[in-house]
Amino acid sequence: MTSAITENPGAAKPPSGPQHKGHHPWWIYFTFCTDHKVIGIQYLVTTFIFYLIGGALATAVRAELATPASDLVSRELYNQLFTVHATVMIFLWIVPAGTGAFANFLLPLQLGARDMAFPKLNAVAFWMVPPAGLMLIGSFLIEAPGSGWTSYPPLSLTNNQTGELIWILSVLLLGTSSILGAVNFGTTIIKMRMPGLKFNQMPLFCWSMLAASALVLISTPVLAGALILLSFDLIVGTNFFNPAGGGEPVVYQHMFWFYSHPAVYIMILPVFGMISEILPVHARKPIFGYLAIAYSSLTISFLGLIVWAHHMFTSGTPSWLRMFFMVATMIIAVPTGIKVFSWVATLWGGKISLNSAMLFAMGFLSMFVIGGLSGVMVASVPFDIHVHDTYFIVAHLHYVLFGGSVFGLYAGIYHWFPKMTGRMMNETWGRLHFVLTLVGFNLCFMPMHWLGLQGMPRRVAEYDPQFATVNLVCSIGSFLLAISTLPFLYNAIHAWIAGPKASGNPWNALGLEWQTTSPPPIENWEGDPPLIEDSYAYGSKPGKKSVTALKGSDLWKTPV
Amino acid sequence: MDIPVTILTLLAGIAITLVSLWFGLNNNLLPLAATNTAADVDTLFNVMLTISIGLFLLVQGLIVISAIKFRRQPGDESDGPPIHGNIPLEILWTAIPAVLVMGISVYSFDIYNQMGGLDPMNHGGHSMEPQAQVAMASGSFEGPMLLADGTVNPEYKKYAAGVGAAPGAAAPDVTVNVKGLQYAWLFNYPEGFISGELHVPVNKDVQLDMEGQDVLHAFWVPEFRLKQDVIPGKNTQLRFTPNKAGTYPIVCAELCGPYHGAMRSQVIVHDEADYDAWMQTQIAAANVEGKAIAMALPTSNGNLLDPIVQAMDMDIRAEELAQLQASGHEQMDHSLMDHGSMDHSLMNHDPAMALN
Repeated sequence: MTSAITENPGAAKPPSGPQHKGHHPWWIYFTFCTDHKVIGIQYLVTTFIFYLIGGALATAVRAELATPASDLVSRELYNQLFTVHATVMIFLWIVPAGTGAFANFLLPLQLGARDMAFPKLNAVAFWMVPPAGLMLIGSFLIEAPGSGWTSYPPLSLTNNQTGELIWILSVLLLGTSSILGAVNFGTTIIKMRMPGLKFNQMPLFCWSMLAASALVLISTPVLAGALILLSFDLIVGTNFFNPAGGGEPVVYQHMFWFYSHPAVYIMILPVFGMISEILPVHARKPIFGYLAIAYSSLTISFLGLIVWAHHMFTSGTPSWLRMFFMVATMIIAVPTGIKVFSWVATLWGGKISLNSAMLFAMGFLSMFVIGGLSGVMVASVPFDIHVHDTYFIVAHLHYVLFGGSVFGLYAGIYHWFPKMTGRMMNETWGRLHFVLTLVGFNLCFMPMHWLGLQGMPRRVAEYDPQFATVNLVCSIGSFLLAISTLPFLYNAIHAWIAGPKASGNPWNALGLEWQTTSPPPIENWEGDPPLIEDSYAYGSKPGKKSVTALKGSDLWKTPV
Repeated sequence: MDIPVTILTLLAGIAITLVSLWFGLNNNLLPLAATNTAADVDTLFNVMLTISIGLFLLVQGLIVISAIKFRRQPGDESDGPPIHGNIPLEILWTAIPAVLVMGISVYSFDIYNQMGGLDPMNHGGHSMEPQAQVAMASGSFEGPMLLADGTVNPEYKKYAAGVGAAPGAAAPDVTVNVKGLQYAWLFNYPEGFISGELHVPVNKDVQLDMEGQDVLHAFWVPEFRLKQDVIPGKNTQLRFTPNKAGTYPIVCAELCGPYHGAMRSQVIVHDEADYDAWMQTQIAAANVEGKAIAMALPTSNGNLLDPIVQAMDMDIRAEELAQLQASGHEQMDHSLMDHGSMDHSLMNHDPAMALN
């Protein structure tokens, strides 16, 4: 650790030599490489492939649900499809894409460091992801897990035991990877900021990653404990959670949600940070309420640890506990609201460029608000007793995780793609992608609110024929959503190979990551990185053209 | 003619308020409310929906207006105004949501209390009716629910979860023991018979004492706005007063295996007279046959539950029951494949038909 820090003294002269200039060859991306930028891109591409696989599984689920009868796949396979869909989307796409991909790529660039605090650990963390993912997907060849991504015992102890074991091993591996990543992010943010960069001058993405990393470190070990005990019940016949032998299935639920609720914030906090970075650049305005946004991330991180039992309002929980978790969950709406209002205020009065990154950021804001408001509703115990485990919850969680996290991740990809690859993406294809995604997403998930309220439970392969029409609409929406990835894929692949070259700072942004070439050289800067004390100092007043006192408008004519 | 911005803002605020109030009060999103407390839950939902629609329109409206009004014109290379924040505004948008969520919390707490959520297993301080005690003693629960002196066993009370008696309620009028198992609901009446459907009288206080047989299930009646997990080795409870006669679906809401979606039954809310007649038929059948359960269950679709029924009747061990259940599943599987779709008759165990 010490050596890692002394290697990168911000004020020292850059060590000379060819290894600090130039770029990696293409094959480096298939190797155990310790460069944080390579690892970030490795994460992004890998997790996006898993996203496509998870999306294919979701399409199969919706194809089954297009008609009320269970007539497309067997009931066993249906349960496996939605189980693996949820596991892939959470553990192999949103968590590693938000934390692994973007945090790895951006943190050192935003903090003025030449790499992460523990580069080898970083590469180890990444290389746990592909085997874990292949194991999980490959389980379809033997026996896939089919007890839901929550894997509640006693069902998970009797149903598809081999698949269950594969699921446990895969999630344990991914959890370990996540913990190793979080150690790295936390240490890098606290110890590797360039000399002179104060905490309150850090870009907001760094704040949100600090909050998310704390959550990973506190909560993930509890999930690991729960899964190890579950695997003992499964393999050696212990009875920790098996009521047949005096075990307590509700304790598993507490342990599971002690991780899996914070996991929601692990999935959304990095995206919150990305949105705070993207909006000011494309609206040409300072972020509104920097400190409020920064500290609300920490508040969400803390409150996120004490709301887990709101997933168990209809489980074996005493009434006082239901009341405590209801109030705690309600309170979490306050810091979240602060962020949403601050983002809207950032847009207000700006000079908004409606490019793909901005459209997805605005889409994030609109969709996440719907998920947040339905989240307050389901926090209310009397209402949740009605809608728990119904399609209302399916709708709510997708508005948070797709309308929130995935829209945000797309915004991030469009925004940082030039920095990552040195090429520009096509705006027309990007806007088409946005429109298709927005329409498909709402067509798929908005009607699900009604389905849940009216009485359709989730995780069923067959349902009451009165819900047939609305389910068909949802299925059509999901197919549109599947199609919407095609323009993105074409755009990203085409731009990466043959897109127009990007300058170092194509958006004329003030963030430190934009004050270097695109893509950045191996150790991020030729020479010292500039110290940027306010990376949101956009404003109409002309300023001095020094990197420490940059104003946004200065960058239009003289790119740094 | 320029309309001042303040006037426009005021008009927009009034419009948002009216639209959200209208939508909140006329949304028709929930099904029929068939218990005394279901309407309270609906009112709570309508209040939350009204606030949510208002907030959504506010935020969405600001985003859309920004996208139109503050769109960067081609060739415009200037920045927006350097506004870094506004402390009074930030305090305002912290305080208003805080007040709103606290208000919703207090309101939800009150509704939950009215429903009886704060006091599951509270029997109003009255001792239970003798026939209910007989039912409790008949072996559905592993431990004694009542102590020798007729009071509730504190151990039992400590662990029971669910929705119990409303404040000040007396002992329930009807108590039914519910067992959830893959993939059926069994309703064990204290009068000494088991039914595959729940029959209850209208406007009577009904208590369900529930337990799981194998895995987790959840007992949900959408029209009652009530749901509670059914857990093996643990007692949970629901208590409600249906106020509209009719037939409503009972849905399993907790993933319980491949046939989770087929685990459905019905609750039939009878008029008082109908309920008594149904009850008399059931009791008579039980007396005549000596095996009430066989009569109360369907014979029309391959005797799906017969093995379970026989097992329960003979009070055999759980392992043997599990084996018998497995054979029941195969029959169910076969039956479902024959029908090719979810067949309501499969779960439609009408005891009256069974009698005929």
